[in-house]
Amino acid sequence: MHTKSIAELAKGLRAGEFSSLELTQAFLARIRQHRALNCYITVTEDLALQQAKAADARIASGEATLLTGIPIAQKDIFCTAGVKTTCGSKMLDNFIAPYDATVVEKFNAAGAVMLGKLNMDEFAMGSSNETSYYGAVKNPWDTQAVPGGSSGGSAAALAARLAAAVTGTDTGGSIRQPAAFCGITGLKPTYGRVSRYGMIAYASSLDQGGPMTRSAEDAAILLQVMAGFDEKDSTSVDQPLPDYSAALNNRLDGLKIGLPKEFFGEGLNSDVAAVIEAAVNEYRKLGAVVKEISMPNLKLAIPAYYVIAPAECSANLSRFDGVRFGYRCENPADLTDLYTRSRGEAFGKEVKRRILMGTYALSAGYYDAYYIKAQKVRRLISDDFKNALAEVDVIMGPVAPSTAFGIGEKIGNPIEMYLSDIYTIAINLAGVPAMSVPAGFVGGKPVGLQLIGNYFAEDKLLNIAHQYQQVTNWHQQIPPGFE
Amino acid sequence: MSLTADDVKKIAHLARLGIDDKDVEAYARDLSGMLDLMTQMSELNTEGVQPMAHPLDQVQRLRPDVVTEHDQREQFQAIAPQVEAGLYLVPKVIE
Repeated sequence: MHTKSIAELAKGLRAGEFSSLELTQAFLARIRQHRALNCYITVTEDLALQQAKAADARIASGEATLLTGIPIAQKDIFCTAGVKTTCGSKMLDNFIAPYDATVVEKFNAAGAVMLGKLNMDEFAMGSSNETSYYGAVKNPWDTQAVPGGSSGGSAAALAARLAAAVTGTDTGGSIRQPAAFCGITGLKPTYGRVSRYGMIAYASSLDQGGPMTRSAEDAAILLQVMAGFDEKDSTSVDQPLPDYSAALNNRLDGLKIGLPKEFFGEGLNSDVAAVIEAAVNEYRKLGAVVKEISMPNLKLAIPAYYVIAPAECSANLSRFDGVRFGYRCENPADLTDLYTRSRGEAFGKEVKRRILMGTYALSAGYYDAYYIKAQKVRRLISDDFKNALAEVDVIMGPVAPSTAFGIGEKIGNPIEMYLSDIYTIAINLAGVPAMSVPAGFVGGKPVGLQLIGNYFAEDKLLNIAHQYQQVTNWHQQIPPGFE
Repeated sequence: MSLTADDVKKIAHLARLGIDDKDVEAYARDLSGMLDLMTQMSELNTEGVQPMAHPLDQVQRLRPDVVTEHDQREQFQAIAPQVEAGLYLVPKVIE
């Protein structure tokens, strides 16, 4: 059962081949069996069984949606009423949110079953899942390697078939890079497409939630539930919601693909480059036309991001003060000591590094030189995307310069870790949607092909990914030992 | 551009963020490395470019000025470290 797609599972549930309860129990058993991967921070077994029984009743009554009774899991950044939400941090180790995130509410309304909350880099700051207070997650393709981050628990859980689908969030690549490292399909929607209400904030002008699934077809089903305008998120965009599954089967004849030469330069592993070139060739066979393009400002995406994201993070994380919720230090001497020690004792090193960086960039005398400068650079990077996407339908390239690196390999060198997000970060600065699609293997580890589209063109991206998945089977590969 | 240990301590104080003395040097080194990265931005002429705060250049939505929230104090304070009589407790701030 665990290898079926969402559409197949929904069909099986309706036909009475298996119940949601049986399906849920099967996934819970797999989660127990593969606990060593450390994908889950919290397993909500009782809740899941209860939701599964309700789903079976709903299916019997004929009122089911495609997701009714499907066991999914949430990145532990989405608030869940009554269930611990940690964001991968000691700061929120005791935090039980008083409300559901809009995304969680939507899955509940659709009748999905929640298996639990997935491990992640602390406050979504990291590219390897090693900054989690709950420990590193192992990549099911190579347990010595990282699963990527920050949605590392999500990607590893899905690759190991410990849920039928999962959610992630992406501020600088946190859906796409782990999806690439674990050989699954990940979609970062247009900024504002999925509500951020109840999704714990890291960098508010960049954060966006999205689906991580086994195929583009499954991603369309999940996005349909997750996306949409939300009064409760002031940055949510009020745009009509298309039927994301409707365009999946459109043909790609004449599709114009742009390959930015900046994505294929120095630093890209040559074996990864060969996989990407082979994938682009598949698109040629499907009738696409390929041209080289140039996006000259992309090289400044990392510096601009590491001003803007830490600046926003330092402001957002000031709410963790030991007063209203979360961790409080023992015996504070005075109010300053309460703030300083609560934050000092409960935040990990990467979070502290970014708070310090952001505080510095926003401090008197440096604001114009760093923050305003970075916002101007952001505009020029965004213009590069607008210009390119006026010329081509989709931009393609690698998701990451290499396959999954080793656990412990980069954690001691933060700058090197930051540079590994070179191909994903600019997309968040521009706010356009992008996907990672499994495209092959190098040395037994998966490689992801990145598809970047225009604002609100998620349906087009899903179509482009789905057509590739009709002629390749990279997305159906299961790591040895997890079949 | 490089930051000293004293700079780091000053920034940490601004952020009300406790950091271990033994880690100060490492933060100074990492932050200096980040600042080096950022100097690359100065290569680019950005004169006359409008700073970009929102990917879709949206502005804040307005809503009718009516009460939409109801009182949830008890529920919210149930997860607070220390409360009394509906108030959040902190160490004494006025002598």
